Amino acid sequence: MIPDRSRIVENLLPIAVALGIATVVGDLLILSFGEAPATVYRLLVEGTWGNAYGIGQVLYKATTLTFTGLAFAVAGRAGLFNVGAESQLAMGGFAAGIVGLLLPAGVPALIAMLLCLMAAAAGGAAVAAVPGVLRARFGASEVIVTIMLNFVVLALLNWLVSAKIHVAETLHTPPINTGTVPRLADMFDAFHGSAANWTLLVAMAVALMSWWFLFRTRGGYELRAVGLQPDAAEYGGVNVKRVLWTSMCLSGALAGMGGVNFVLGYKGYYEEGFAGGAGFLGIAVALMGRNHPLGILLAALLFATLSQGGLAVNALVPKQLTDILTAVVILSVATAVPEVQRQIRAAAASALATLNRPTAALSVERDA
Amino acid sequence: MTNASGSAVRMEGVTKLFGPVVANREASLDVATGEIHALVGENGAGKSTLMRVLAGMFAPDAGVVRVNGSDVTGWSTHEAIAAGVGMVHQHFMLVPTLTVAENVVLGMEPTRGVRVDMEKAVADVNALCVKCGLHVDPLARVADLSVGEAQRVEILKALYRGARLLILDEPTAVLSPPEIRDLWDVLRALKADGGTVVLITHKLDEVIAVSDTITVMRAGMTVSRFATRGTTPRDIARAMVGRDVALALDSAAAPRVASTATAVLRVSGLTVKSDRGLTAVNALSFDIAPGEVFGIAGVEGNGQTELLEAIAGLRSPMSGSILLGSRDVTSLPVRDRADAGLSHIPEDRHRRGLILEYSIADNLILGRQHHFASARGLDADRIASNASQQVRAFDIRPPVTTLPARALSGGNQQKVVIAREMGRAFTVLLAAQPTRGVDVGAIEFIHDQLRKARAEGKAILLVSADLPEVMALSDRIAVMYRGRFVTVMAGSDATAEKLGPFMTGAAA
Repeated sequence: MIPDRSRIVENLLPIAVALGIATVVGDLLILSFGEAPATVYRLLVEGTWGNAYGIGQVLYKATTLTFTGLAFAVAGRAGLFNVGAESQLAMGGFAAGIVGLLLPAGVPALIAMLLCLMAAAAGGAAVAAVPGVLRARFGASEVIVTIMLNFVVLALLNWLVSAKIHVAETLHTPPINTGTVPRLADMFDAFHGSAANWTLLVAMAVALMSWWFLFRTRGGYELRAVGLQPDAAEYGGVNVKRVLWTSMCLSGALAGMGGVNFVLGYKGYYEEGFAGGAGFLGIAVALMGRNHPLGILLAALLFATLSQGGLAVNALVPKQLTDILTAVVILSVATAVPEVQRQIRAAAASALATLNRPTAALSVERDA
Repeated sequence: MTNASGSAVRMEGVTKLFGPVVANREASLDVATGEIHALVGENGAGKSTLMRVLAGMFAPDAGVVRVNGSDVTGWSTHEAIAAGVGMVHQHFMLVPTLTVAENVVLGMEPTRGVRVDMEKAVADVNALCVKCGLHVDPLARVADLSVGEAQRVEILKALYRGARLLILDEPTAVLSPPEIRDLWDVLRALKADGGTVVLITHKLDEVIAVSDTITVMRAGMTVSRFATRGTTPRDIARAMVGRDVALALDSAAAPRVASTATAVLRVSGLTVKSDRGLTAVNALSFDIAPGEVFGIAGVEGNGQTELLEAIAGLRSPMSGSILLGSRDVTSLPVRDRADAGLSHIPEDRHRRGLILEYSIADNLILGRQHHFASARGLDADRIASNASQQVRAFDIRPPVTTLPARALSGGNQQKVVIAREMGRAFTVLLAAQPTRGVDVGAIEFIHDQLRKARAEGKAILLVSADLPEVMALSDRIAVMYRGRFVTVMAGSDATAEKLGPFMTGAAA
């Protein structure tokens, strides 16, 4: 089913508004550095979408963000706020790296990739299972547990890598034996040097599958019901507690799979701190993408562009400019967008009210 | 009586918009000083909005509001209170952990230096109670009060602030018949003291019982004004809906379908705890036969909710058993009970009965989603055809199945729930407050559906706070009080006078 035009407008217009606000703030900042906004923006676009290397870098970053955005969105649809994608992503990457390390070099690459991907999903899911089960069983706030677990898991991984399995003088594990995902550059020379790899396709497939699951299956129907109205879901025969912990695990699995992008697709080993905030930025991606898998694909591209664009404009203005723009976009999405949506809905309601208006003239009686 | 000098309130051409939604359209209201004025209309007719404009909570987009002759259009709640206009809301605005006296004086506490003078507050509240014939212990905690008492506290609060014009929004929705009678006594005492009362309600018998003048609202407009003397409920109902309607009160229950079959719902020794861990349902036993409506009357909060939740599988009982036909379903999950032939119209459609963001079509499969799913996902075609069929059969308006349930009126939302639960094969129906908050036209429709199901041999457990509804539909009526049935009588024998004392526990 194709969403009708009004729904597309309702979803896209607010984003245009958010970008508009970000542009205004960006202009002011650029002017304050004594540069011309047009010059800086042109540089930003040229450095990202202007050449194959830039595009490759954007696609690489967008791949990870797609996974973490989907992770946040799936939990969000179930009414859960998963702030733990950062550590779920790290654990996913670690699990993929370890499996790649343990598999003998002779294992066919495709099978090895699949095993590593499954390990990554399992790693992320295992981390997310803790807040999921605590929430379902004891009602513990998943927000607090996921935040705290970020520290625990990242510290645990640090210790494992630095004390047990690192390559001397580095903070990474030895390279995997098999399961490396080919880069785009292997097929198209133009992408030379960029980290973009075929995990990109996995991300798109996973986004499509997430959409199908959420909106076209009984599981998704029940998951969204729990997120919207848990009491009504319970009334409708849904095992609410089970949905809570399983959707948290699913969310963690999605975040964990993001680790494959770096570990199998870019470096070929797990490195401490590779997540680098992509887990947290996933929250913004999901917000911007309206918790909708297809919106998330677009939002991931936007935030990846801003992130890569920071490097492109660094010669003229500090690259933190794009961090500020990212923040402005997030704040606009959180504040201005609901307002814009209210306006749109009000207009739609007005049209509906006109349709429903009683046609019969109402007689007005008066007492004597 | 409509000259300006004798009017406590005079509202003319009041229009209030919420965005594009017209809540009031050139509404007029004329309330004489010293009268009890009933403002009636279906849900969504704009009664509460008009009164909120009067109480200063909303500024009107057009029109004039005069109180005691002076133009007060667009005033604030503070100004309204200072001018003696007090409003008692449908949902109480009390602090449960504070005492009655503390709640009453909240915001204008008598002080001694920087300290609150609690002795004076208690004395003031006591004096006010005596003066108005409102009986509440000023030192009781509000959390420990019954709903009727809590409402008295709300009235006291308004009077303590010097209200001479008291607006009551649906005050009887949560009261038992004796409590309602007490409320009428209080209002009459206020009137005798020279005060003015505006009463918002949609219960016609109340209007006739207590008011002097009636204003009827429909679709945001004030459409009729009657002097209560000489007006019949039928006149008012016609003005509310705009056409003739069958009132539950007129239609005696059809002769009971003779049934030799054995009970299809058997509840025995059922004990259920409330969320607070108290015994809400106390060792209850009853049977319902096919073609029988078993009505449970009683003031809300006496275990009806817990009883239905236990039968539906939403709450585990402490002890006892529930049999559907010959099958023991006591420990089955909700879904298996539904598949075994149990339908359930929950008491709160906004909390349980509907997922408001879901489309009508998606809501029409809630609880049966497993019947519409396969390995390839949910079957969109079957969901759509199911929806269009139900929308037609149950006259859900507008008949646009992709519309979210939130966009429907209360009556049509309830029809979605009814269509889902009654538009499929079932043997036992739990119907909790099936007509709460729906308009007169939809009530008629829902009652017809229930009568039809009964004629088809379904067993129906009806729980309703609306006594006339229980009496009109039930073959047998039980009164539930503190988790027990204090009496069970034949529906044909039941009268409000007989049931009333049981509802308060006065007779047991």
